[in-house]
Amino acid sequence: MNQPYRLAGGGAIDRTRPLQFTFDDRVYDAFAGDTLASALLAHGVHLMGRSFKYHRPRGPIAAGAEEPNALVQIEHGGGRTDPNTRATAVEVFQGLYAHSQNRWPSLKSDVGVINDFVSPLIPAAFYYKTFMWPRSFWDKLYEPAIRRAAGLGEAPHQPDPDRYQHRHAHCDVLVVGAGPAGLAAALAAGRAGRRVLLIDENPTLGGTLAHTSTEALADWRDRLTEELVGLPDVTILTRTTVTGYYDHNYLLALERVSDHLPPASSVRQRLWRIRAGRVVLATGAIERPLVFVGNDRPGVMLASAARTYLERFAVLVGRRPLFFTNNDSAYAVASAMKAAGAEVVAVVDVRSDPKGPLVQAARDAGIIVRTNAVVVGTEGRHRIHQAALGTLDDQGVLTGHLGTPVGCDVLLMSGGWNPNVSLHSQGRGKLRYDDGLAAFVPDGGQQQSASAGACNGVMNTARAVAEGAAAGGGAVDAPAFEEPEEESLRPVQVVPSDRSGARAKAFVDFQNDVTAKDLGIAVREGMISIEHVKRFTTTGMATDQGKTSSVNAIAIVAEQLGTPIPAVGTTTYRPPYVPLTFGAAAGHSRGRLFDVVRRTPMHGWAAEHGAVFEDVGNWKRAWYFPRSGEDMHAAVQRECKAVREGCGLMDASTLGKIDVRGKDARAFLNRVYTNAWSKLEPGRCRYGLMLRDDGFVFDDGVTACLADDHFHMTTTTGGAPRVLAWLEDLSQTEWPDLEVYFTSVTEQWATMALSGPDARDLLQPLVEEDISAAALPHLAWMEATIAGVAGRIFRISFTGERAFEINVPAGYGRHVWQALVDAGEAHGLCLYGTETMHVLRAEKGYIIVGQETDGTVTPYDLGMDWIVSTKKGDFAGKRGLLRPDLQAEGRKQLVGLATLDPDVVLDEGAQITAEAEPRIPARMLGHVTSSYMSPNCGRSIALALLAGGRERIGSHLFVPQLDGPAVEVEVVAPVFFDPKGERLNG
Amino acid sequence: MLLIDCPHCGPRAEIEFHCGGQAHVVRPGVEVEDADWERYLFVRANPKGAHLERWVHLHGCGRWFNVVRHTVSDEIERVYPMGEAPPGGTAA
Ligand SMILES: [Zn+2]
Repeated sequence: MNQPYRLAGGGAIDRTRPLQFTFDDRVYDAFAGDTLASALLAHGVHLMGRSFKYHRPRGPIAAGAEEPNALVQIEHGGGRTDPNTRATAVEVFQGLYAHSQNRWPSLKSDVGVINDFVSPLIPAAFYYKTFMWPRSFWDKLYEPAIRRAAGLGEAPHQPDPDRYQHRHAHCDVLVVGAGPAGLAAALAAGRAGRRVLLIDENPTLGGTLAHTSTEALADWRDRLTEELVGLPDVTILTRTTVTGYYDHNYLLALERVSDHLPPASSVRQRLWRIRAGRVVLATGAIERPLVFVGNDRPGVMLASAARTYLERFAVLVGRRPLFFTNNDSAYAVASAMKAAGAEVVAVVDVRSDPKGPLVQAARDAGIIVRTNAVVVGTEGRHRIHQAALGTLDDQGVLTGHLGTPVGCDVLLMSGGWNPNVSLHSQGRGKLRYDDGLAAFVPDGGQQQSASAGACNGVMNTARAVAEGAAAGGGAVDAPAFEEPEEESLRPVQVVPSDRSGARAKAFVDFQNDVTAKDLGIAVREGMISIEHVKRFTTTGMATDQGKTSSVNAIAIVAEQLGTPIPAVGTTTYRPPYVPLTFGAAAGHSRGRLFDVVRRTPMHGWAAEHGAVFEDVGNWKRAWYFPRSGEDMHAAVQRECKAVREGCGLMDASTLGKIDVRGKDARAFLNRVYTNAWSKLEPGRCRYGLMLRDDGFVFDDGVTACLADDHFHMTTTTGGAPRVLAWLEDLSQTEWPDLEVYFTSVTEQWATMALSGPDARDLLQPLVEEDISAAALPHLAWMEATIAGVAGRIFRISFTGERAFEINVPAGYGRHVWQALVDAGEAHGLCLYGTETMHVLRAEKGYIIVGQETDGTVTPYDLGMDWIVSTKKGDFAGKRGLLRPDLQAEGRKQLVGLATLDPDVVLDEGAQITAEAEPRIPARMLGHVTSSYMSPNCGRSIALALLAGGRERIGSHLFVPQLDGPAVEVEVVAPVFFDPKGERLNG
Repeated sequence: MLLIDCPHCGPRAEIEFHCGGQAHVVRPGVEVEDADWERYLFVRANPKGAHLERWVHLHGCGRWFNVVRHTVSDEIERVYPMGEAPPGGTAA
């Protein structure tokens, strides 16, 4: 076995299932149950990455989710690639392929390390201050250079082939974390018959007890687990991390369903969307690093991590560990490692006289303890090989060296424990500083939640169990184990050192390469808020969200500012607690399932006949029907001519349709349209314009009177939902006294617009009723039987031609459409799409809401004074139109623009100026809203909104183009074809 | 994501609803002065604390109702029907 640091026995690994994996092109052995980090450490490999900014060699400091250094890229080809994955959280499977990041050409010889040597030139906020000017350098020089030099992993280049799910869950009690407090909480709640969801990020339950070597604790854990599993209303999710805690006890959790298996086994990850009646947070505590010079060298680790590697993975992280601590907990690790065969060099303790039971036990085991002592520096290129020690006085001042540097192969540190308050804080719970722990603890939750155990500052197992059980609503027996009491710690914000120079760095935030010095710079530059210090130095802003760094950073800033730590406060903890994949966030909502696609009843016909479609909202609309060899321009020009010379047929089914009914329906229409509806008789229809209360155009459409209390309203395609919502709002909240009901019938009707001089000749033979001009004049409608189908025919024209809008029940749409197409053969019927519709209506100067209007346009601006009733009472927008600004001179008005060169088509959206080459900044007089080549006019046409436009008719202005010089135009009336409107009658 | 207790459908997730802004804004008649019309169109309360607002169960029953929401904690203190007087008897 080629795993020199693996112990012969113990651990929660399965030695009967050996595995192989690849890291940086080398194949390693592992066992089922290993993480990538534990397996590499079993081979004595500590160097796993390069730091973000200085490219310093880095190894793991932790064994769990808090790991800042050991970020790797998991790579399985075909779009399966995960950058910035913590090696401590990756479970090894056969064939796992991983490589290190942010190094070139290799992890051991990385040229980027030059940044470390020139680091005096790149202090905190260097990027902000340096890469500012000139602006043009950003895209070409600064951004790419920074990206290359200061980087993390590489984003995937291909679509993600894996499957992801979302699942909704509701529970009475959600317990986050299955350590002593969490197990007790879940059991108490489960015994009381509550629906419980217990979530833990590890593969097995137990938290700190998951792999304990203490029999009494293991027994207790197993007994509780067994009872929990047997409770019918308790659901247990392992390998699942609660990533976000939002309002009203809504939480997200990421379940890594098959990340521990070879790819493509099943669903990869599942995002749980949880609504909990009550939340019990039992998220434990995270050990705090000590801030000393050289604390980032591979081999420098948290003492608790060494214990996890020992107990869970049977891995000794080093054979000659040196400990550096300010509290008792590291002593337990020292004793355990010594018992496992390590040669403990010493425990360096900043305290003057530690004598708690754990300290005593270590001494009894023969471990040397150095008191009033600190580590002042470390040596070793890719791995620590020695540390220099110094002595401290009571004021924390360095008083001298302590012997010569001592040899070691790992340095295991403990700066105390930070209750893991991330979720509590995300859920808007308050925090309070606890002097004894030198850390922040929860101080009241805002939601229906409680923190229990170590995350609440309770570090004793029995007390954590009691607190957890109480939070779960009951009582649970504590383990039969007398836990040694610990003495208080001695806080030390930055360990003093006699080392100086550029490379004497004491790191606070390992992942973002923020040192104690950087925090000092921030304070000297005037940052007094921790939120400012955070942004100035980027401390706590890396992918690990400051799990190991934030409390240290706050303490150091407080010391620099000379204020107490509580006065500095904390930064905001934000979701996600651990990085979430985009795949999990998207779930099924990708590709075809990303959004709803709405198709009309005639969609299939159009697709079969070569239509090119465009997206209009969720709708697919036929855009144009190219014949062979035609491009879009040629097709549209042909379609436009054919409609005016013969007849054309368009699918208009996407128009919004609202059935308006009730005894006050007519009164209601009078209040939402600008024009009068009192006299519209059954059998007639009318164009209407809707305004918002501010006086601006909101939507338009034709509404038909079906009966005195029944109307068929049409809206724009995109406006249908908001018009319906607006009508409902007014009806329910503003005018509840009016009896009127609204029903969306958009999808109940297939709508076909038949236009052109030959339209009636084509249609009449298919219709049983008389549709002559006398029987069915412009703006009339009738019930009719079309191709055997009962429907409605409206005389509505959006082309300016004689036109019929045929509505039949959606299910008959394609049948009637086919009948029209068949009948059309003799008439040279032209199928046309939305682009031709746009050109034809622009030739007539008909507006499109959203194109000629933008939410700041009044009917008067559009020259539609005729549609605003001056006689009727209040209607939406009536008072708004009286606002002084809406009455002012010089407002933008709808006009036509005719280019002097008739072949030039203006850019839509282009600005209008008085001169061809105005002085910059130029005065913008307006903009082009619609612009087309019109075959029926034999020239280009454009509509525009132009300041004082109607008074400028006849004058010449300029329209600068995206490419090429400004185009000279003449301002004209906004109707280019059949200005008298004679063609639509008859 | 808020959990809103629709008076007709019971507690449902926020994504089913749409917020219509401040409640009890009285729409004046056409005869009002410009300043009053401006107040109606644009001026809204921005309290730190209880906020009376309108919500509609857009993807549910489609009905409008009023909500008292605390703007700091986001806690929903009360739900009451359209047309009912605001709690405490005064409009915000
Ligand atoms: Zn409802």
